[in-house]
Amino acid sequence: MSDTSHHIVPYSTYGLILLLLLVLTGTSVAVTQIELTKWSTAVALLLAGTKSAFVLAIFMHLKFDQKIFRIMAVLIILLLASVIIITFLDYAFR
Amino acid sequence: MTSNDSENKGYKSYLEEDGGRKGIFKWILSTDHKRIALLYLYSMMVWFTVGVVLGLLMKLELIAPGQTIMGPQSYNATFTVHGVIMIFLIVIPGLPAVFGNFMLPIQIGAKDVAFPRLNLLSWYIYVLGSILVILSLFGNGPPDTGWTFYAPYSFKTGTNMLPAALGAFVLGFSSILTGLNFIVTIHRMRAPGMTWFKMPLFTWTLYGTGWIQLLATPIIGITLLMVAGDRILGIGFFDPAKGGDPLLYQHLFWIYSHPAVYIMILPAMGVISEIIPTFSKKTIFGYKAIVLSTLAIAFVGYFVWGHHMFTSGMSGTALYTFSILTFLVAIPSAIKVFNWISTMHQGSISTDIPFLWAASFIFVFLIGGLTGLVVGALATDVHLHDTAFVVAHFHFIVFGGVGFAFFGAIHYWFPKIFGRMYDKSWAKTGWIIFFVGFVTLYGPMFYLGMIGMPRRYFDYLDEFHGPNIVSTLGALVMIAGLLIILTNLIKAARHGEKTTEMNPWGGTNLEWQIPTPPPLENFDEIPVIEKATYKYD
Amino acid sequence: MSATSAHINEHRDDTASKLGMWLFIFTELMLFGGLFITYSVYRYSHSGAFHLAAQELDVTMGTINTVILLISSMTLAMSTTAIQKKDKRTTLILIGITLVLALVFLVNKYFEWSAKIGHGIWPGSPLLEELGRGDTLFFGLYFFMTGLHAVHIIVGMVILIVVFVFVWKDKLTFDNFQLLENGGLYWHLVDLIWIFLFPLFYLIT
Ligand code: HEM
Ligand SMILES: [Cu+2]
Repeated sequence: MSDTSHHIVPYSTYGLILLLLLVLTGTSVAVTQIELTKWSTAVALLLAGTKSAFVLAIFMHLKFDQKIFRIMAVLIILLLASVIIITFLDYAFR
Repeated sequence: MTSNDSENKGYKSYLEEDGGRKGIFKWILSTDHKRIALLYLYSMMVWFTVGVVLGLLMKLELIAPGQTIMGPQSYNATFTVHGVIMIFLIVIPGLPAVFGNFMLPIQIGAKDVAFPRLNLLSWYIYVLGSILVILSLFGNGPPDTGWTFYAPYSFKTGTNMLPAALGAFVLGFSSILTGLNFIVTIHRMRAPGMTWFKMPLFTWTLYGTGWIQLLATPIIGITLLMVAGDRILGIGFFDPAKGGDPLLYQHLFWIYSHPAVYIMILPAMGVISEIIPTFSKKTIFGYKAIVLSTLAIAFVGYFVWGHHMFTSGMSGTALYTFSILTFLVAIPSAIKVFNWISTMHQGSISTDIPFLWAASFIFVFLIGGLTGLVVGALATDVHLHDTAFVVAHFHFIVFGGVGFAFFGAIHYWFPKIFGRMYDKSWAKTGWIIFFVGFVTLYGPMFYLGMIGMPRRYFDYLDEFHGPNIVSTLGALVMIAGLLIILTNLIKAARHGEKTTEMNPWGGTNLEWQIPTPPPLENFDEIPVIEKATYKYD
Repeated sequence: MSATSAHINEHRDDTASKLGMWLFIFTELMLFGGLFITYSVYRYSHSGAFHLAAQELDVTMGTINTVILLISSMTLAMSTTAIQKKDKRTTLILIGITLVLALVFLVNKYFEWSAKIGHGIWPGSPLLEELGRGDTLFFGLYFFMTGLHAVHIIVGMVILIVVFVFVWKDKLTFDNFQLLENGGLYWHLVDLIWIFLFPLFYLIT
């Protein structure tokens, strides 16, 4: 099939992304070790979200692939998030 | 329509093409989507028979108050195994695995599904799952938790609940792989010109169903694994004594199992959307509305699971949100009913047997759907939850909906699949007896539920006796009808009058434009689609 | 397989198999999704106990494992570049490194689990019973989720070994490497899940 023309990602891109991921990991460890505030979990999750966005986009090639894969991935993440939110309509208001 | 006969075309049908294999290996090693469809059909018929017998035993027990033919433990085991078989082995895989497998590639102009070997593997996984379900019958006695496996009882009961739950887990895997296969097939293998909005509606519903199979099934998979963890290791996820929350089990279970009812009903709606235009000789009314409502049902269906938990002690906010969302999901279902009826309006209707099944589908589906709203409304459900009313509701919609659509589908596609024709007058006799029996069997349960008869008990108070007699008699009538239908079909599949007519009903989809029965790869040449579907000139 | 299935291999559709892999990944996400729902509910209702219980976990060990998985993800991603550059040797080396890193991850996990079990903490252990409900749930989830994740690592390794052999035998080449890409997708999924498991279990102290 001709629509799968592969974009060859240079090694350096992957290296750069790893570097970024390591920095983000370090940050989240640092942030949560220094002092526990009610925000530290939120920050850790935010950082984890950012990290996974990079993994999805670059390592998993979503950035270079057909749009349909991106649409599907986003919708499924939204679906899971909605299910969690709706579950909490019970637990948060008990 | 030039030639309506596939005789003398010098081709070999898929039934003659055996891939050089002998006997049963022609079937269990073939990756042809049509043979796999029939493998599913035959295995399901075995299970359906078992399920029906168990159902009849329950009805016989309930013909009179007190112990009639079995005690409480046997009764609990019977409704559990009945439920597990009917839900996980019959209605969830039913329409997609049998008719989806057979018709989906043909309807979009493809030679097979995207992953034929995976397709065969799904069937083997299905068989493995059903073996696990059988295993649960031995040892410490059949499970007695109900098909819902509610915690904490499910990890406390001494009966053989584990194999049954594991069976459900494995069957879920089979279901996921089928859905995955269908989605990829629809995305990648449509014939040139077969745009999304030219796809037949049955295919569309399989697409929606595929996504639900893919995204909801893993939730019950992991939930059952957690219950297994509680049972084997004593982890305590759902054990209140260890801090676990049994209500969370119910949440997780229904996060899957409500969407699962749409796995069941969506393809049924697809079948009806095929049959109605064919026998009304009219373009389907509101094609796009049906497509969009299919997707809407699939989507909104994820967010209404809580309506099964109205009396379990959820927060007030959750209660009314789930009730409102439940009402929302009824709208797209209603849209479809209007579409079917508008299609029939001023059409030239022929009351052949598939049409009769479709028309009676609409009738029972309406009753099932409207009573769904009765239990979907918070206030009324508090009164009706866990009564016979709920049993009547879901039998009208699951057995009435999916079952009637299944029978409609098999009578509709039978000549295409087997290249033989059944006896039409016996088919009609069976249908009317079945229909009358069905309504007599489940109708009284609405009333029984309203006057307070709980579900899942082997015994009841004297005041419920009358309607229960009627109901059991209805069961006998219905089973008589079922026997006629099945005998007629089985006889026809083996010795029925041969037919090579390509398009016996005057349908417009691709399956009616290829030889009967279809050749191994369906099409000599991949067709190019120009016309919109459901066009009658 | 045989005559009936011969036609399937006539034309290859890489996008179809990639789509199939993505759909499988979505299923896996929802599988772990069920556990994440469970985690968030119990985290919410036992937040204090979860904080304390998390202190029992070794952040250093967790961080090391995170780094290992991230590097292994990168090396595997690089192997798709290598194979497209027709560089078989580098491809094999990169897949090999990934496999070694995966093994190291598992060994670390083994020591981590043994240490916990040595301290009397395992699902349903009497010590947990004493420690109370929050700890029971926290460690129940910890063992269950990291255990399931480890199972995925093992499955991923099996896939990668197959891919390795195929590349070695020239069954996967620069114009036909979808299996390598799919194996990669699976491996990145395993990484992705760990990216969330790590803060949720180790960093909420
Ligand atoms: C208009 C659409 C529908 C609505 C509003 C609706 C609503 C409900 C509600 C509120 C309940 C719970 C009642 C209770 O336990 O007190 C229920 C039960 C049930 N419904 Fe529906 N429903 C609808 C359609 C369907 C469909 C399409 C199916 C399957 C094809 C289905 C299958 C079931 C089953 C199996 C149960 C019983 C589960 C159990 O407790 O064992 N329903 N329905
Ligand atoms: Cu429901």
